[in-house]
Amino acid sequence: MSNIIECINLSHVYPEGFTAIKGINLKVKEGEVVAILGQNGSGKTTLVKHFNGLLKPTNGTVSINGIDTAKQTVFNLSSYAGYVFQNPNHQLFATSVLAELEFGPKNQGLSNDEIEARVKETADFFQLHSIINEHPLRLSFPLRKIVAIASIYAMQPSIFILDEPTTGQDHGGAEKIRKFLRKLQDDEKTVILVTHDMPLVAEIADRVIAMWSSEIIKIANPREFFFDLKTMEKTKLQQPQATALSNRLQKRVLNEGITLTVQETIKALEKVVNQQIN
Amino acid sequence: MTKEIIRIENLTYQYAHTDKPALVDINLSINKGEYLAIIGPCGAGKTSLALSLNGIVPHMTVGEMRGKVLVDGIDTTQTQVRDLAHIVGMVFDNPEYQLSQSTVLSEMAIGLENIGIPRDEMLKRIVVALEIVGLSGLEERSPLALSGGQQQRLAIAAALSMYPKVLVLDEPTSNLDPMGKEEVFAVTARLNQEKQMTVVIVEHEVEVIASYADRVIVLDKGQIVNSGNVNDIFSDIDSLDGIGVRSPQVTAIASGLEKKGYHFENLPVTLDGADATFSDWLKQGKALA
Repeated sequence: MSNIIECINLSHVYPEGFTAIKGINLKVKEGEVVAILGQNGSGKTTLVKHFNGLLKPTNGTVSINGIDTAKQTVFNLSSYAGYVFQNPNHQLFATSVLAELEFGPKNQGLSNDEIEARVKETADFFQLHSIINEHPLRLSFPLRKIVAIASIYAMQPSIFILDEPTTGQDHGGAEKIRKFLRKLQDDEKTVILVTHDMPLVAEIADRVIAMWSSEIIKIANPREFFFDLKTMEKTKLQQPQATALSNRLQKRVLNEGITLTVQETIKALEKVVNQQIN
Repeated sequence: MTKEIIRIENLTYQYAHTDKPALVDINLSINKGEYLAIIGPCGAGKTSLALSLNGIVPHMTVGEMRGKVLVDGIDTTQTQVRDLAHIVGMVFDNPEYQLSQSTVLSEMAIGLENIGIPRDEMLKRIVVALEIVGLSGLEERSPLALSGGQQQRLAIAAALSMYPKVLVLDEPTSNLDPMGKEEVFAVTARLNQEKQMTVVIVEHEVEVIASYADRVIVLDKGQIVNSGNVNDIFSDIDSLDGIGVRSPQVTAIASGLEKKGYHFENLPVTLDGADATFSDWLKQGKALA
């Protein structure tokens, strides 16, 4: 599979002189779900804003689908890479959910029939029909965020960049977002997930990129990453509770390897118990 | 001496221009020194309930209130918000909304100046409050140059400097990174354990609530639908799930095993508890029973 995102020696220094990211080398394959982890201020958002051209490298290069972003406008790149802001208030501006969903496809120059089909599919999936005529800013924060995600989905980009999609969501909202992410995975979309939600990462991500102090300090699959206690400690990130439990039990009673999710842990415990029975 | 610090009687509150009440017939008694967590899905009324504790509801909101909220014996409807600030300190979800001054020191001083605390006393209170939240030495920093966790701890310190009897925190960690979350929870736990501060916290992080809270109340559609200690509340995983509230992962693991026919005396709700429960269960071959 080809690399849909490629950063070579990427650095970004803000005009006031702050180096937000430095020496980033990263390749993302088409259809991968990549989680970018790190504390606030470690450079995560600066990095992903390069993937749709919102920021241009001050050093090094970023290519999206083989195209050097330095030479492209955000508008041109938006068909490839859709960016969902952490705060939906920074993204939503239309006076109804419907207008919000139509905006992207209209700008892509689609026909009215195509626009209608996109809006319908999006509203179906995110269950937005009952609020389709509401003003986005009158919706609750979690729902507003779902609308922000839906409006990017309506544009059908190849790459989805999601900044903290589950923050501020309750259990129900977070489940909706999980379902959405699985759909993207099935549709072989590329997903860049910036998040502090470790259980989500454990369930969904193909690869984890850990940032600390403007640099990438670890690239690994989630199992390897959440088991690397040294990096976890250095980045002050925590394992999901299910992983922490299996980690503790492993020292004494479990030899089923580290588990990442609730379901995996249930299976591992059950297997040990069945071995006892037999 | 009564142990009760907050008493809510038949509280119903409906915001203007809405078709149903945000809070429906709430009855709740909170004791001094309690660490109480309020959980529930979005829109359940958690924030409205929190705001009713320091008089923001009904004084600064438009709507209709029935029933009574007594804080340290004082009826909130009869008392102004600024006079309730001595009793109930409030911390919101976004620290940036709460911080307005150019230095940490002036941020701390402004509330105290407003209520006419003399300078010497003011400085004394500031030193103590910053010490408690671990921000001593940052007095001259701009609040905006602090990390999210530090900002939120500053907001807590500012509330503490008023010497409140109750600290109410409305999703204080929802905008913080993992480090900031841990810092803020640690401060609330220390205040509760060492200073016997009454803490009321609205929070989604159930794993953390399970290790800190003495009692949990569950809100749904404006009503208290359950109330009890963390074991009672989180073990009832299906009821929580039914209203869209998650239980700690370790509880979900035990519950998942129960659904496969295994049995546990009690479902664990914390990592330590789960470690003990499962180690015991596996070693003793209790699963065979």
